[in-house]
Amino acid sequence: MLEFLPILLRGAVVTVEIAAVAAALSILLAFVSGLARLSPAAWMRRGAAVYIELFRGTSLLVQLFWLFFVLPFFGISLSPFQSAVLGLGLNIGAYGGEVVRGAILAVPPGQTASATALGLTPRQVMRYVILPQAVLRMLPLWGNLLIELLKGTALVSLITVPDLAFRAYQLNQATFRTAEIFTLVLILYGLIALCIAACTRGLERYFGRHLGARARV
Amino acid sequence: MQVDWLFALDILPTLGRAALLTIGITAAGYAISLALGLLLALLRRSRHRLVRLPVAAAIEAVRGTPLLIQLYLIFFVLPEYGILLPAMATGIIAIGIHYATYTSEVYRAGIDGVAAGQWQAGAALGLRPLQVFRDVVLPQAVPAILPGLGNYLIAMFKDTPILSAIAVVELMQRAKIIGSETFRYLEPITIVGLFFLAMSLGAAALFRALERRLRARAG
Repeated sequence: MLEFLPILLRGAVVTVEIAAVAAALSILLAFVSGLARLSPAAWMRRGAAVYIELFRGTSLLVQLFWLFFVLPFFGISLSPFQSAVLGLGLNIGAYGGEVVRGAILAVPPGQTASATALGLTPRQVMRYVILPQAVLRMLPLWGNLLIELLKGTALVSLITVPDLAFRAYQLNQATFRTAEIFTLVLILYGLIALCIAACTRGLERYFGRHLGARARV
Repeated sequence: MQVDWLFALDILPTLGRAALLTIGITAAGYAISLALGLLLALLRRSRHRLVRLPVAAAIEAVRGTPLLIQLYLIFFVLPEYGILLPAMATGIIAIGIHYATYTSEVYRAGIDGVAAGQWQAGAALGLRPLQVFRDVVLPQAVPAILPGLGNYLIAMFKDTPILSAIAVVELMQRAKIIGSETFRYLEPITIVGLFFLAMSLGAAALFRALERRLRARAG
């Protein structure tokens, strides 16, 4: 069983790379679209709503196939890796946009009122008062989303990215030791998921302490 | 590249038939996940630790790992034990089990949300635990459970294209076949995307209306 490990680990490295880059992209897109949905400008609200509904309303696999097979028809050819990162980032970013919006709306309105009364501009209120509290609230949800992202990375094997799922499929075709290979792969995915869960819990503690210390001053 | 509308119109009936199959797969898989999820939720609430802990571990393990790998595992391992199922049946079982772990959490939260006094009151009236659960607790848990179940119906529906990986000819696989035969992927895959979008938005609107009616009746 362990002789499969070197090949599978090579795949796991690709999986982690894709997950990391896609996570960064999705967090960026989530904050942009989540804040845009709360913007006073109607065109920003509408644009963000279209992005969020479009990518939450269709399948991740369809999105990946669209980027990989259809974009070349428009003269844009992305590598499998680029398609994978873009597809996952856009998909999870749309779900994250709703998380960001929900967390901002969940901050009590009194916070905005008192910060405004202290003479802060709307931008400062968002930056120094609302967002720090919202980030703390949304961290557990981001933990779930990033695990969904990790699970989603398995689909990139279907657009020929040599990730963990791809290596597992290849090994299985070559050796037919199915149960061993896929059990090992499930364990590897499980370990990566545990790392993600531990990271978000650590961040929650860090932000919680940080915010608490500031509140006491 | 121009959109070839005639070609799009031409492949529409074929894709329509595959879309019906996708809906059928979702219905069958969802039925499994509703029933199995309830069973898992009850087992996870068991008084016996030897039942509760392994079930909880299994739920977390299935929920935390990719459906695609679970699909491969079932698809390639079952035949080794002499169980030969069509790819479609394998796919339905895999997606049903995967989503049962999600629905079980929805049930659990809903059941836990019913006040503990209801159990005691039911028992005081002389009902057996099963009767209390069926006739007292479950009806009260339904309004809390429905939105969660609705979300996972839509999520499951959108995950059915993964079954194309084991060559189930559902909508996505049909679109890929058309693409590889005609060298035009633009129309088939875009139509598939639009189909999923329309179905998800429609279903979401339907659930919102249903929720409003339930709440109006409760309030």
